[in-house]
Amino acid sequence: MRVPILRLGRVLLTSLPADLTDQQVMDLQIDALALIQSGKADGLVIDITAADVVDSYMARILSETAKMVKIMGGVAVLAGMQPAVALTLVEMGRDMIDMETAFDLEGGVAKVVRLVASRGGRHDEVPTT
Amino acid sequence: MTKSRPPDRPEPAPGATTRALIDIRIQDDILRARQASRTAASAIGFTTVDQTRLATVVSELTRNALVYAGGGVCRVLTRLTVQERSVMIEVEDQGPGIADVTGALTRGFSTGRGLGLGLAAVRKLMDDLVIETCPGRTLVRTGMTRRR
Ligand SMILES: Nc1ncnc2c1ncn2[C@@H]1O[C@H](COP(=O)(O)OP(=O)(O)O)[C@@H](O)[C@H]1O
Ligand SMILES: [Mg+2]
Repeated sequence: MRVPILRLGRVLLTSLPADLTDQQVMDLQIDALALIQSGKADGLVIDITAADVVDSYMARILSETAKMVKIMGGVAVLAGMQPAVALTLVEMGRDMIDMETAFDLEGGVAKVVRLVASRGGRHDEVPTT
Repeated sequence: MTKSRPPDRPEPAPGATTRALIDIRIQDDILRARQASRTAASAIGFTTVDQTRLATVVSELTRNALVYAGGGVCRVLTRLTVQERSVMIEVEDQGPGIADVTGALTRGFSTGRGLGLGLAAVRKLMDDLVIETCPGRTLVRTGMTRRR
């Protein structure tokens, strides 16, 4: 089963279930990037409140997704990481997760909106000649 | 010596050993193994943080068995004595073996498409890590022990 992605205005929202297979993580990346690419959204908030394990594979795919979103002109934020998961990731080594983060979904949405605004939004960037 | 207060939750008798055995053939088995390690560790009173460390380690090792050896088996052993609680994880496969163990334990070394952070992370999260490997068999054994 694919993880659903909702769209609220120009922000995509997704809440990860407690347990995700590697394939589901990869499908999520593909789906999110397709939505960003379609131009219907410029931000992505990934809520991982429910996730009780984030291993090196998931950390890599999430960080990679955020980088791709950024290169495409958008912003991705990871929200709501459980303290035990955060501690484990820190112990696993520096830079395990390399992306914007927020305490919860609400904070994540606020951060996306703020960061997109500070970049001037990607659709205003069409050069005028 | 005073007798300690009985625990809120029944724990296995001191010295008891529990075993869980999970066949690793498909990605879902990684999730099952993760869950089994968490349940086993929780049953003998490991903290949430330690359960998370263990489940993460099981995730790394069982994925390696699946990706590099096409599958394997994961064993979870727990032991509770008067002084300590301990969990041992063993992941074994019949794959090609790890040609360069020292390299494999180094952060950033990967022959796959990973970042090569898995085994290095296991070593950091656990108390000990032993890798026995040759062509046709790899056994990774790692443990965590806490004083009670
Ligand atoms: N069970 C295994 N069988 C064969 N090779 C393995 C196994 N586990 C790990 N390896 C080797 O060790 C390397 C490092 O593994 P790891 O630290 O988990 O990083 P990654 O999986 O990201 O490459 C792998 O790229 C692979 O070459
Ligand atoms: Mg690995």
